[in-house]
Amino acid sequence: MRDVAVVGVGMQEWGELWGKSTRDIFVESALLAMDDAGVDQLGAMYVGSMSPGIFAAQEHLESVMADYLGQLPIPATRVESACASGGLAFRLAYVNVASGMHDVVLAGGIEKMTDVSGGEATHALSTAADMKWEGVSGVTFPGLYAMLAVAHMERYGTTREQLAMVSVKNHENGYSNSRAQFRMKITVDQVLDSVKVADPLNILDCSPITDGAAAAVLMPLEMAKKLGKPIIQVIGTGHATDTIALHDRADLTTLRAVTEAAKQAYAMAGKQPADIDLVEVHDCFTIAEIIVSESLGFFEPGKGGPAVEAGETARTGRIPINPSGGLKSKGHPVGATGVAQIVELVEQLRGQAGERQVKDARVGMAQNMGGSGGSSVVHILEVK
Amino acid sequence: MPPSRSWRSYPQTYRLEAARCKGCGKAYYPPRLICPGCKGREFEHFRMKPSGTIVSHTVIRTPSSEFSGLAPFAVGIVEMDDGPRLTLQLADVGFEEIKTGLPVRLEFRRMYSEGESGVIHYGHKAVLVRK
Repeated sequence: MRDVAVVGVGMQEWGELWGKSTRDIFVESALLAMDDAGVDQLGAMYVGSMSPGIFAAQEHLESVMADYLGQLPIPATRVESACASGGLAFRLAYVNVASGMHDVVLAGGIEKMTDVSGGEATHALSTAADMKWEGVSGVTFPGLYAMLAVAHMERYGTTREQLAMVSVKNHENGYSNSRAQFRMKITVDQVLDSVKVADPLNILDCSPITDGAAAAVLMPLEMAKKLGKPIIQVIGTGHATDTIALHDRADLTTLRAVTEAAKQAYAMAGKQPADIDLVEVHDCFTIAEIIVSESLGFFEPGKGGPAVEAGETARTGRIPINPSGGLKSKGHPVGATGVAQIVELVEQLRGQAGERQVKDARVGMAQNMGGSGGSSVVHILEVK
Repeated sequence: MPPSRSWRSYPQTYRLEAARCKGCGKAYYPPRLICPGCKGREFEHFRMKPSGTIVSHTVIRTPSSEFSGLAPFAVGIVEMDDGPRLTLQLADVGFEEIKTGLPVRLEFRRMYSEGESGVIHYGHKAVLVRK
């Protein structure tokens, strides 16, 4: 296996992009990444996207994007793993380059979610759960994470306020991110007083519906060294699965796919949680960030809530979590989210994150997750 | 829902049929073809006793369009006395009464109606066992 570096990243502003098509949104970000890398020809590309068939009435997205990115006839592959589609696209691009198959490979992610009604978007997202055996109850995605929250609160005493503090912190971070969908600071009281979605989660505990894309270009480390730029190496990758139905898990206070994926990534990178300078995690709901921060090994089980309260996960804290603003503030175009996490890591590790810059950032981690944790992808990047 | 999809799950939906692995004894709902635990492929099908315990719970206040007429409604993960866990609506209960660990009984109920003609779907909901 060859060592692999990320040599270019690109991401346009996210939000409700009614004037832009799915392909325009993707190509804009992909071109930014290619310009950043200084390449105009790819060897292969991967497109992470969860439900373009429902959101944009378009499948076969890999060919659409290879065509509109001016890259025909290169091999292109659409990757789907629900909300982890982007992270998995990045992993497959990594494997492609590492294997020696191709030298310059793009990993992109796209979701255009606001062309359909809220009800249709909710339906599309619900297909990431066990449609038959969970869906029959009328449970929603917020409802599934709400049941994780109840279990965590009952076992460990995690408080409603601690959940809210995750959202407050991520909005504080996203306020400095020019590409974030919701750039406003909020308070704990605003979260607690916001519209109830699925007890104990309110609307300000939930990531939004977003249009957006992100892209990264990977190449062999030896080639990257000739570019004369900071070298960001992919030093660890992990990927794991768990039961599709939340109810089939023996323990509702941890996420096994996250733990397993992290274990692989740490082992490959030769790193431990204490070596990580910043982490982008999949905060689709506030409780997710708390559980994931424990499953990744940054805190003992049950200590994720108190850690948020103590400011340990703030941008200036012991282990900054989601300096980008996370899914909550930045937005969550499901197929793009995992790649956007990589974009944030690369900018942080290059020292180009501006007001969001984490001090002395040398090693960063990204954790992307599908459904209620039925899949997870973890990457560790290091600046050389 | 396509008729074939609901038709082929009648045994599970209406009779709560599960499958017990002949190798390790673990029970699965719905039945599976291979046991994730011991990799056994022989199962004994049986009807679950309609009783269990609440493992976690929530109140859905912003539902999907299919269930919009019903909200707010309670949902819980229920561990059946026979082993498998199900996600079920919790019916006939004040939201503040719902607690983890409470015993429930499954009852055959109307779930929702569909389309202009209002085709009615039935299934199981959980109700608290009151002393």
